[in-house]
Amino acid sequence: MSLIKLENVKKIYQTGEIPVTALNEISFTIERQTFVSFIGPSGSGKSTILNLIGSLDKPTSGNVIVDNVNVATLDRSNAAMFRGSTIGFVFQNFNLIPVLSVYENVEYPLLLIKQIPVSERRERIHSLLEKVGMIDYRNKYPNQISGGQKQRVAIARALVTNPKIVLADEPTANLDHKTAFKVITIMHEMQKTFGTTFIFSTHDPKIVGEAEIIYTLEDGAIVNQEIKQKG
Amino acid sequence: MINLIKIAVRNLFRYKRRTILTSSLIAFGVVLVIVFGGLAISFKTQMVGVITNTALGDLQVHKKGYVESIDNLPLNISLSDSEYADVERSLKAMPEIAAYSPRIKFGAMISNYVQTSNIRLTAIYPELESNTLPDLIKRIKSDIGDKKNFLKQGEILVPENLMKGLSLKVGDEIVLIATNKDGSVNGIPVRIAAMMENVLGPSGKDGYIHIADAMSLLRMEKPEIIEVAIKLKQFDQLGKVHENLKKALSQQPTQKEVHTWEQLSPFASIARIVDLLILVVKFILISIVLVSVLNIMTMSVYERISEIGTIAAIGTRPSRILTMFLMEGFTMGLLSNFIGVLVGVGVLLLMDTTSINFTFGQMNVTLAPDIPYSEILLTTVIVMLVSIFASLQPAYKASRMEPVDALGHV
Ligand SMILES: Nc1ncnc2c1ncn2[C@@H]1O[C@H](COP(=O)(O)OP(=O)(O)O)[C@@H](O)[C@H]1O
Ligand SMILES: [Mg+2]
Repeated sequence: MSLIKLENVKKIYQTGEIPVTALNEISFTIERQTFVSFIGPSGSGKSTILNLIGSLDKPTSGNVIVDNVNVATLDRSNAAMFRGSTIGFVFQNFNLIPVLSVYENVEYPLLLIKQIPVSERRERIHSLLEKVGMIDYRNKYPNQISGGQKQRVAIARALVTNPKIVLADEPTANLDHKTAFKVITIMHEMQKTFGTTFIFSTHDPKIVGEAEIIYTLEDGAIVNQEIKQKG
Repeated sequence: MINLIKIAVRNLFRYKRRTILTSSLIAFGVVLVIVFGGLAISFKTQMVGVITNTALGDLQVHKKGYVESIDNLPLNISLSDSEYADVERSLKAMPEIAAYSPRIKFGAMISNYVQTSNIRLTAIYPELESNTLPDLIKRIKSDIGDKKNFLKQGEILVPENLMKGLSLKVGDEIVLIATNKDGSVNGIPVRIAAMMENVLGPSGKDGYIHIADAMSLLRMEKPEIIEVAIKLKQFDQLGKVHENLKKALSQQPTQKEVHTWEQLSPFASIARIVDLLILVVKFILISIVLVSVLNIMTMSVYERISEIGTIAAIGTRPSRILTMFLMEGFTMGLLSNFIGVLVGVGVLLLMDTTSINFTFGQMNVTLAPDIPYSEILLTTVIVMLVSIFASLQPAYKASRMEPVDALGHV
């Protein structure tokens, strides 16, 4: 059983007079513990795919099965719980909570899951902050650190609940090239360390090289699939 | 929960100036209620105290129909010997009653042999009267040796305004002239024992004489009691005792009437206006809290749309987002209320140390407001509830946002 399975997924946005077809009958599967990338120009449907996998949105038709759950069947509250336990998010704009410190930002998703004891919580946060190289910044607030640092904290936050999947929609779009590359490298390292399935999207062909599986999107359809040797 | 409070407080202090401004506005409303409430309640209790303890008593019993024509001071609507005995029996049977005092009230002429004027007289048994109206002797302005026996037979206590009007002095001999209920006129000489301070309301400017003197002036064989003033052990039992006494008296062969001080004194309506004003001030507070919390929370939600999207995306359930914003509004109210209570109590304590004096209808009133604990509690509850209520709509809006749309909002 694949971790993620999309079957004939169609997504049509109905805004105003003309309906926009963002995804046109696409199907694919993603296996556990892979490092996957979606590349394509702006408007090709990358965000739409990631939002569907992340149960942030529902398909117009077709099925989106994630970890044996049909995301279309979840109500708002259950979708939130599903995201909290199964999926980690890394955003283009970093989206750290400004009133929380680096440490507290990483802690936040854990507080939504009640059953984790305090000592284990501390340990997990510390070890993650160490791995992404942000442990010395744990008491800083988001407005006191750089974009690359923010994204590292965001990666730690996405991983803290041990999710099966981490979704990163254009995580490097707001970073310079060198920093972007570092962030992708950290993501790849984490993927190897924790066996998490990482899915990121980008429109930048230069950083996509790190991915093991690369889907190329154009106008809401997958036009190419490239599988590299696991390394 | 602790985490939600932490986030709420930090978000409030994120926009310091705005929070401080709104907070001060709410705190100001709270101060207004506490200070005004404290002053008004203190004014009311003092006034009610003066009226019930120096003039009217808590309750009064008359023969049926007397209060209706009270302005004429009719002598024929009185309690006969046996009727008064009936009333006494009922009063003695009620353990809530501390004391009572029978009175004969009538209009008379007072003359210093040169000038003559009208006077309203209350004839009393001094000991019963001072048991019933414990503060009556405080109204006696002149020095009297024996406080217990402040009025002897052959003496009169003259109200301030008449003393001045007729240029009378303590110790002067004057003549009282009155018409009895059969129409015959009589006069007796009396000596001025002391001057009485005027107070607000009926009997506030009465002269006092001994019942024995009234009987001889009005040529009565036996005392024909006009009214019985009653003092309760506990003032807050007024309503209950009033009802019970009415019931007890209605069993008797002839009809009597019972009135509370509120029904007899014009101050009761002033007291009601004061209560109404307190209510109005509370409504102002409610509006202030409602508008300012609604305003600040609406702004908070709109400024933080993408943040709401983020926390929703990473797994915060809608109900928790709702709670988070409710908590923020609640914290705002709680904080402002706390400041308001501190300042309000501070102002009242300051007033206590300076003790403001003023005259109200010839009465000297000292405003030494008590801390109105029940008002503070009520105000706190109001502010809390209204803050939560005002946050409901913005918080609900936040909890209903679609994470995708909210995330896309910059
Ligand atoms: N909320 C929306 N309302 C209307 N059209 C949308 C919405 N989101 C995306 N689209 C449209 O769907 C298409 C795919 O968008 P998107 O998935 O965001 O592409 P990408 O992330 O590759 O830039 C685009 O044509 C875009 O205009
Ligand atoms: Mg996109």
